[in-house]
Amino acid sequence: MKYYDKLIFELSKPGRTGYSLPEIPGQAQPSFRPKSRNPILWREAPLDLPEVSEVDVVRHYTNLSQMNFGVDTGFYPLGSCTMKYNPKINEEIANMPAFTGLHPLQPEETVKGALEVYAGMDKALAAITGMKHFTFLPCAGAHGELTGLMLMREYHMSRGDLARTKVIVPDSAHGTNPASAAVCGLDIVVVKSREDGLVDVEALKPLLGPDIAGIMMTNPNTLGLFERDIKEIAQLVHDCGGLLYYDGANMNPLLGVVRPGDMGFDIMHLNLHKTFSTPHGGGGPGSGPVGVSDKVVPFLHIPHVSGFHGNFGIILRAYAYILMLGREHVRMAGKLATLGANYIKESLKDCYKLPIPTVCKHEFVFDGLLEDNGVTTLDVAKRLLDYGFHAPTIYFPLLFHQAIMIEPTETESLETLDAFIAVMRKIAEEAKSDPEMLHAAPHNTPIGRPDETTAARQPVLKYE
Amino acid sequence: MGAFSYFPQTGEDIRIMLERIGVGSLEDLYADVPADFIYKGEYDLPSAMSEQQVRDFFEGLAAKNTRLKVFVGQGAYDHYVPAVIPYITSRSEFLTAYTPYQCEISQGTLRYIFEWQSMICRLTGLDCANASMYDGPTAAAEAVRMCVASTRKRNSVVVSDRLLPHVIDTIRTYAKYAGINLVVTDKVTEVVAEGVLDLAGVVVPSINRFGVIESHLGLAQLVHDRGALLVEYCDPSALAVVKSPAEWGADIAVGDGQSLGIPLCYGGPYVGFMACTAALMRKLPGRIVGQTTDASGKRCYVLTLQAREQHIRREKATSNICSNESLMALWCTVYLSLMGPEGMRRLNALCYEGSHYLHDALLATGKFERVFDGEFLKEFCLKPLCDVQKLQQALLDAGFFAALQTEEGYVTFCVTEKHPREELDRIVEIVKSIN
Amino acid sequence: MSKIAEGLLYSESHEWVKVDGNVAIVGVSDFAQAEMGDITYVDMPDLDDELSAGDDFGALESVKTSSELIAPVSGKVIARNDELEDKPELINEDAYAAWIIKVEMSDTSELDTLLNAAAYAEVAK
Repeated sequence: MKYYDKLIFELSKPGRTGYSLPEIPGQAQPSFRPKSRNPILWREAPLDLPEVSEVDVVRHYTNLSQMNFGVDTGFYPLGSCTMKYNPKINEEIANMPAFTGLHPLQPEETVKGALEVYAGMDKALAAITGMKHFTFLPCAGAHGELTGLMLMREYHMSRGDLARTKVIVPDSAHGTNPASAAVCGLDIVVVKSREDGLVDVEALKPLLGPDIAGIMMTNPNTLGLFERDIKEIAQLVHDCGGLLYYDGANMNPLLGVVRPGDMGFDIMHLNLHKTFSTPHGGGGPGSGPVGVSDKVVPFLHIPHVSGFHGNFGIILRAYAYILMLGREHVRMAGKLATLGANYIKESLKDCYKLPIPTVCKHEFVFDGLLEDNGVTTLDVAKRLLDYGFHAPTIYFPLLFHQAIMIEPTETESLETLDAFIAVMRKIAEEAKSDPEMLHAAPHNTPIGRPDETTAARQPVLKYE
Repeated sequence: MGAFSYFPQTGEDIRIMLERIGVGSLEDLYADVPADFIYKGEYDLPSAMSEQQVRDFFEGLAAKNTRLKVFVGQGAYDHYVPAVIPYITSRSEFLTAYTPYQCEISQGTLRYIFEWQSMICRLTGLDCANASMYDGPTAAAEAVRMCVASTRKRNSVVVSDRLLPHVIDTIRTYAKYAGINLVVTDKVTEVVAEGVLDLAGVVVPSINRFGVIESHLGLAQLVHDRGALLVEYCDPSALAVVKSPAEWGADIAVGDGQSLGIPLCYGGPYVGFMACTAALMRKLPGRIVGQTTDASGKRCYVLTLQAREQHIRREKATSNICSNESLMALWCTVYLSLMGPEGMRRLNALCYEGSHYLHDALLATGKFERVFDGEFLKEFCLKPLCDVQKLQQALLDAGFFAALQTEEGYVTFCVTEKHPREELDRIVEIVKSIN
Repeated sequence: MSKIAEGLLYSESHEWVKVDGNVAIVGVSDFAQAEMGDITYVDMPDLDDELSAGDDFGALESVKTSSELIAPVSGKVIARNDELEDKPELINEDAYAAWIIKVEMSDTSELDTLLNAAAYAEVAK
């Protein structure tokens, strides 16, 4: 990767354009002059956009792209993000003009193919998760959580059960869980995890009562551990009149092995951009369909959480992936993801602190280096960049101060995992021999560590 | 089954890995899962397809859709997509990256988001913009939440019923569960002037659902005098020529980036934008990219002001948004770079000329009446004097999606730079043939 | 080892209080600023806001964390240190000089629930 310094604005030269529009019929002067009776409606402020040629644009963004690392560049073990390979056939399908050219308000009889995509996905996701039906309006995982909690509230409201205003969230939960609950107008009650990283059932019991709308669970949780008491938890929550919400961010190890519906969950979301291989696009677009059990189906149509029909282009990609997997290969997806995570864990536990040594699922958490040389998790993460790997998720979950959360996914070969393991061991050695060098890492990237404090104290958020 | 192209592990690889872990089989990795939760049935999915079969399958579905010439807007506009954009956005370095958490190897993403924020600021005239929202309607709903959060203890928001229906529906949904009191009205100025208890904000469209460009003269003053915030919902493409939110005195601008060259794609993925005044910067939801320097003084870009966000603030965050629509923001950024200021003006001139040509020709058929006196840009609304179903069907039969009916029974048309005169003339001929 | 100023009262959530008649001057302890690291923003209440002891009245932000400010006493906000808007680093430089708000106390007996320097030293460890 090489450093490239320009912003598109800095390439601008008056008189250039990157796209030539047709002539305006009967108008020699090609500028905008409305025959207006009310000039106040029209813009007077200058419009200071860049003036660049087509080749300027192509080179600029190509240069920018070369400072970026994607799954196609290399191994991306970012915990809780499921950075699996994004199949290329998915892209071709999503870019077919017969799909991209459809207006969202076209009459049903002109979009039968698109409607079949939704119906097919509904059926496929129901089969994979054990839920009854899905809504495809949510555009991301957190958006799905919000939608799911709205459905939870609709369920209680329909029964006249208006006192259920609290939702239980484990202390190991993704930050989006409490944030989504707050946006949905629910109060949050935190339930503690035990020493072994699992939800403390004894601590849960006294929290349950007539004010509880439900519980949000991630299973396996953010430590990569299967919540083995889920049967008892489901029983307890249901007995108190609450519903169980399944955060599908960690669905990948259960893909083809366990169905959330069978565990007693009433509402769940899936991240199509994680479990179902659609590309993350530098932070989106994603898709977060929400599935529900029988008793919540009647409310599924109520929350109108986005504009039209959700992110259709992403749903198409995920459908293509599911058809490639089929009922046969789906059985291996979760298991191979779990295999890879455990292999890395067992291969590195003699150099990195492993607070919870049991079998993990798709991801696990180290708590920094085993030997304390003052080298932090941040140093390790930054040094990995020098060796051509993306860093794992760091400083999450909050339960461990030096958390390093590693998720390899099933699309990585033994050779890739071995190469990563070798580099992690090498960094552990470097931590002993040259900690100063690690504090200053990365050394081979387009930029070094940024001054984030100044960025936050004196924000510069746009080009002047 | 033979080897599967997405799973690189050979039987021998699996054996080596299991041995390192110290378990006998893949199933043993799930020994902690209660046995009755392990799914033993057959998954009700089709049998695995080859890539060629997948392609054939989707070509079959594609053939069931009807390709139409689109003369409807209502929040999704059929503008031409320059070839450069999909070429750039499909580069895997952009497409297959995650959110730019490791800034040292994400300067590409961070830099285009900074450019996007800058361009949104220039279009809206406001001081700061975020990295994106899911779509225009959710951006509007988040703006309503922002009004309530920024004015503390105030809980009522007045919403114009001339916003697009899907925008109002989304605002209603978010407000319902958050306990925000909405007043949806076609008389925004009068309602605000009369006084609304605990008024936190007012949401109005720049161009309303009938295509009419609205005048907000004096509205900002009125809203600010009551201690509330003004939100304007806008079409960013039109902002090149219509008065900007900042010129009207708005505090927050939101809208959908779709009109900046994103394909219709049956409604998504699109991208929401959100901009605000400097005073509201810390209340802005979602990710924000800022400029700084690295240890050696090189200019670089980072995610900043993160203490607002869910991964730090949890239930006290300004919003629950995490993933956004980053790649679609790139889509719009490349579009605006290609078009430039003159291109955007010219594009709007083409829309204006075309829509007025069609508008006048349709009125001349005697089959429509004007209902709104206001000025319009690319979308307009007429009252039909003929049978609407017949009209729509005749247009559909000729391959046109046009004359979408509003809840009042009017019909809307939208003309963009994509539509040549011959197509407009053809629509007029079809209209003439209706009796 | 963080500094604990004598003669001030402290809350367990690391705010300090300097009493001036019925006015409480409120800031955060040196321990709190050290835990936060470089403070990038101080979110303060508006003038005339009514605070109740135990409620949060604002927050400190750093690059990667945020910490709520908890009102040690009840009362009305009569002044805020606007200098912190542009220079949040003043708290890092001297936490006891960089006061955040002044509160006109509605119940001075609440001061009895706060800790003296010696007792706070046990908390700030």
